[in-house]
Amino acid sequence: MCKLRSETVFNKVLYFSAITIVVLLVSIFLTLILGSLPSIKAFGIYFLFGKTWDPVFSKFGAFPFLFGTLLTSFLALAISIPFSTSISIFLGEYFKEGSLSSVIKNMVELLAGIPSIIYGFWGLFILVPIVRFIEIKLDVPPYGVGIFTAALILAIMIIPYSASLGREVIALVPSDIKEAAYSLGATRYEVIRKVMLPYARSGIFAGIFLSLGRAIGETMAVTVVIGNTNFFPKSIFDPSNTMASIIANEFTEATGELYLSSLIEIGLLLFVVTAIINIIGRYITKRIGVKI
Amino acid sequence: MQIDSKTGISSRIIKDRFFKALVVSLSFFVTIPFFFILFYIFKNGIASISWEFIVNLPKPVGETGGGIANAIAGTVLLIALSCATAVPLGVAAGVFLSEYKNSKLAEWLILCVAVLQGIPSIVIGIIAYTWIVIPMRHFSGLAGAIALGIMMLPVIIKSTEETLKLIPDTLKEASLALGVPYHKTILMVILPAGLSGIVTGILLSIARIAGETAPLLFTAFGSQFMSLNVLKPINALPLLIFNYANSPYSEWHSLAWGASFVLITLVLVLNLTARLVTKKWKVQF
Repeated sequence: MCKLRSETVFNKVLYFSAITIVVLLVSIFLTLILGSLPSIKAFGIYFLFGKTWDPVFSKFGAFPFLFGTLLTSFLALAISIPFSTSISIFLGEYFKEGSLSSVIKNMVELLAGIPSIIYGFWGLFILVPIVRFIEIKLDVPPYGVGIFTAALILAIMIIPYSASLGREVIALVPSDIKEAAYSLGATRYEVIRKVMLPYARSGIFAGIFLSLGRAIGETMAVTVVIGNTNFFPKSIFDPSNTMASIIANEFTEATGELYLSSLIEIGLLLFVVTAIINIIGRYITKRIGVKI
Repeated sequence: MQIDSKTGISSRIIKDRFFKALVVSLSFFVTIPFFFILFYIFKNGIASISWEFIVNLPKPVGETGGGIANAIAGTVLLIALSCATAVPLGVAAGVFLSEYKNSKLAEWLILCVAVLQGIPSIVIGIIAYTWIVIPMRHFSGLAGAIALGIMMLPVIIKSTEETLKLIPDTLKEASLALGVPYHKTILMVILPAGLSGIVTGILLSIARIAGETAPLLFTAFGSQFMSLNVLKPINALPLLIFNYANSPYSEWHSLAWGASFVLITLVLVLNLTARLVTKKWKVQF
């Protein structure tokens, strides 16, 4: 009898913990919605398109931050894609094993492990002077901090994510179709370009997509180097703010219900966007049979 | 597949060589920022590291010889607290996933874990602020630990599930055939067999949260003093780096370099240990 009871208790504990996780996520979502209700009521859809963010007059439009987030993330993506795809091909095709591949592989994994505040701190003291130097050469205002600097740091940070998934899908390309292409006289480049990459396309895309999710939500590294101004950026060298960095900067000093609620609504937007990206990314990777 | 027959074989071979050179050089180019970051952190960090640095509290601006003892203690405390909440819950949910993998709840759970993993850390900070800081009316280490715990969960759940998936059913069946009750089979046979994978997952999740700053900004908040009361604001290494990096004083900058050195060493050691655990303890089936 006692044995039976401890079995049911054990099963209940398992179910309870699974339900707790589901409830946790649902309550995170509900908390964000509840917190942003005052701002949703006050501004409605104009919250997304309003260009002024003025805490003094309680006028909040998040468009500059949406734009800043999209600009930094896509710029970072554009910078990172050649490198992450190269690493995927390097590890998935040219050097599948051996010391050279393990050097690159370990390095990329450790790169993913470096805390984002350290990226930011390093960027502020090392990368910002370099960017300032480039800006002087290009004859643009030499802020040093700004969208371009943030995108550079983000690009370094997201390379490991898309590279590791890309490597797995490239390694999964069946060797018989590669051999078929070789037997037709194709060079290795032609095999990679016309057989492997088309075959692995959706997996590589999923990796890039998931790293976009990372870039959108990344906070600390961006907050330190983006320059934190609430104006609409005119060029990619201007200082700006992203959705995550505006929360990090102003949340503790937000006075008044509407101010706080507007910041929480930005958090809600971040949550929804990253959730959609992750669900789609998971769907793609599940379909092609790769674990993430 | 079409191969352009007009171009000669030699130009195709040149293209092939060129492409390989491009891939290899772009791949090696990525190692440059890695060494660049490590080089600067080590160069500037080692200069400010000393015994006093580890055991002293931060000094006011203008005085030299301050340390980061409170931040180290705070980080250790936060990690311990978040482990205490996240490890049992995460491992249990992982066991659920591998034991009831075909149930409806498991499907939802997998989806939740994927979403949970993608939530930006700053949003987790907002959540811990609303749930704990507002009712308590002040910042606290507890709120920070809860935020970090939520961030650990997806990593622990995934690694537990994936480890247990690899354990052959015959092991479980053998134990059940000997009359061992189900819960004892899981606790005394299955979990120990998968211990290396689970421990690796826990270590990796600690490495993930040890350097997290965003969820602590408005939860643990930071403090200049040695405070180990989890109901009060406490300091942590990443918070100290953030606050001091943004300050105008060079003494504080050197403290931040030293703290970065300590933090990056901690994270790299955790990552390497995780890898060693996988290698050494792995039970082969």
